[in-house]
Amino acid sequence: MIGRDILGIEDLSREDIDTILETAERMQEIGNREVKKVPTLRGRTVINLFFEPSTRTQTSFEIAGKRLAADVVNFSVSGSSVSKRETLLDTAKTLDAMDPDAVVVRHKVAGVPHRLAKVLKAPVINAGDGAHEHPSQALLDMLTVREQKGRIEGLTITIIGDIAHSRVARSNIYGFKKLGAEVRVAGPPTMLPADVEKSLGVKAYTNLAEAIEGADVVMALRIQMERLEGACFPSVREYAATFGLDRAKLRYAKEDAIVMHPGPVNRGVELSHDLADDRPSVILDQVRNGVALRMALLYLVAGRGGH
Amino acid sequence: MPITPPSASLQEDRNPAVPAVMPRQEERVVLDNESIRRALIRIAHEIVESADGTERLYLVAIPNGGVPLARLLADNLESLTGLRPPLGILDTTLYRDDLSTRGSRPLLRRTEMPSSVDDRVVVLVEDVVSTGRTIRAGMDALMDFGRPSHVRVVALVDRGHRELPIKIDYVGKNIPTQPTDKVVFHAVQLPAPDATGSVGRDQSDEDFTIGELELVVRSDSETLEGPE
Repeated sequence: MIGRDILGIEDLSREDIDTILETAERMQEIGNREVKKVPTLRGRTVINLFFEPSTRTQTSFEIAGKRLAADVVNFSVSGSSVSKRETLLDTAKTLDAMDPDAVVVRHKVAGVPHRLAKVLKAPVINAGDGAHEHPSQALLDMLTVREQKGRIEGLTITIIGDIAHSRVARSNIYGFKKLGAEVRVAGPPTMLPADVEKSLGVKAYTNLAEAIEGADVVMALRIQMERLEGACFPSVREYAATFGLDRAKLRYAKEDAIVMHPGPVNRGVELSHDLADDRPSVILDQVRNGVALRMALLYLVAGRGGH
Repeated sequence: MPITPPSASLQEDRNPAVPAVMPRQEERVVLDNESIRRALIRIAHEIVESADGTERLYLVAIPNGGVPLARLLADNLESLTGLRPPLGILDTTLYRDDLSTRGSRPLLRRTEMPSSVDDRVVVLVEDVVSTGRTIRAGMDALMDFGRPSHVRVVALVDRGHRELPIKIDYVGKNIPTQPTDKVVFHAVQLPAPDATGSVGRDQSDEDFTIGELELVVRSDSETLEGPE
């Protein structure tokens, strides 16, 4: 996979995903060592190019790169030439001239990583583009499910929340379906794309209890309260009452079901307080696995393709 | 860019029981099951003889071939001294010096170090040593786990063609080879009669007993290049 761009789960084959997950499973062990660093990417440069604020994903990529001994440079946007009206492509060309071995991109507009990938010599890893895809998040979710359940094939995964605007949901739907799971989505009708069952091959529910009935994995998405209140649901309280997950509602799912959330959690909205902190939620495992997964991505792709 | 599948030699690494199919090759068994087991008994004696404290021994296998060898060596050491040394597994892939020149990234293998190597007499166990680059990588990896008092190397076969100043302390057999020859160690792993775990990629070693062992040399200029 050297030199290959990781733009979305939709473009990855099942074999690609297996290779990435297996590599990540080996990387996990490095996080338990006293010296959490291997020399693999010594002398390589990884640029984190984040046009949209992100602490979790950016930090995770930064730690991942550093554990592989790469030099990680954070290209921060607010203080940069982007505010001097440099165009996206000029920024890209400038970066390219610095000869990075991988560029991690986040942008609020869908498709920007794809556009950059066409220009840059280095492989591009999409760290979230608009409402399109967030492949590294979906891969770390798959890694976590595989770790917790021992498999993905045949499981029932329910994703709750703003399916229409969520890149996490989209990438997870592609990924879990490719690995043979049944995926269901749930939310108010305003948050479900009109043709979601057809276009994404999932089963859609507006009733939470039905959606999580017999589920092995229940994944709640973060609600953008500021943006959506009034537009997609009448009030946060109503959303929490109808689609917020607590232990009582979780009883509809399988007895050993796990609860996931990409973070940061709005406590008392998507998840009740106790559920956000304790089993069966695996939120901190997701974060830990995020580093190993991103190490795997950098290990597999960093280097100049086509040279 | 299309995805590059792992090279055939790496797939072979993962699954040594299934050799890649190659035409017109000459294959000879250099060490059979009996001679390999005898060599491991002799090596166990040599280790006991030369280590000042057998209680500080720590075997570290380099996968895949080193793992069954280290297990047999641990059995032998246990019956000689009454003490079973800890047995670690150390994948050296992330420490290799050829990652930047390869067309694809090798699949990683398992690393499991059960306890600290500080102040231990660590014995690295490898099936075939040639250039010495894997041993170099293994020593670097080992140092990330602590500070052993000594590091020794066991190789079932030393086939020559060293590229680094690496000395093998305990050798099963020296075998002169052509650089193009491929030296392959096969170890059949059998599910233990009382195995409980399901057979998966990360099954515990205890679920397996070691069956027939064999070391073959394949001479063929068309032989695929191995990692060593």
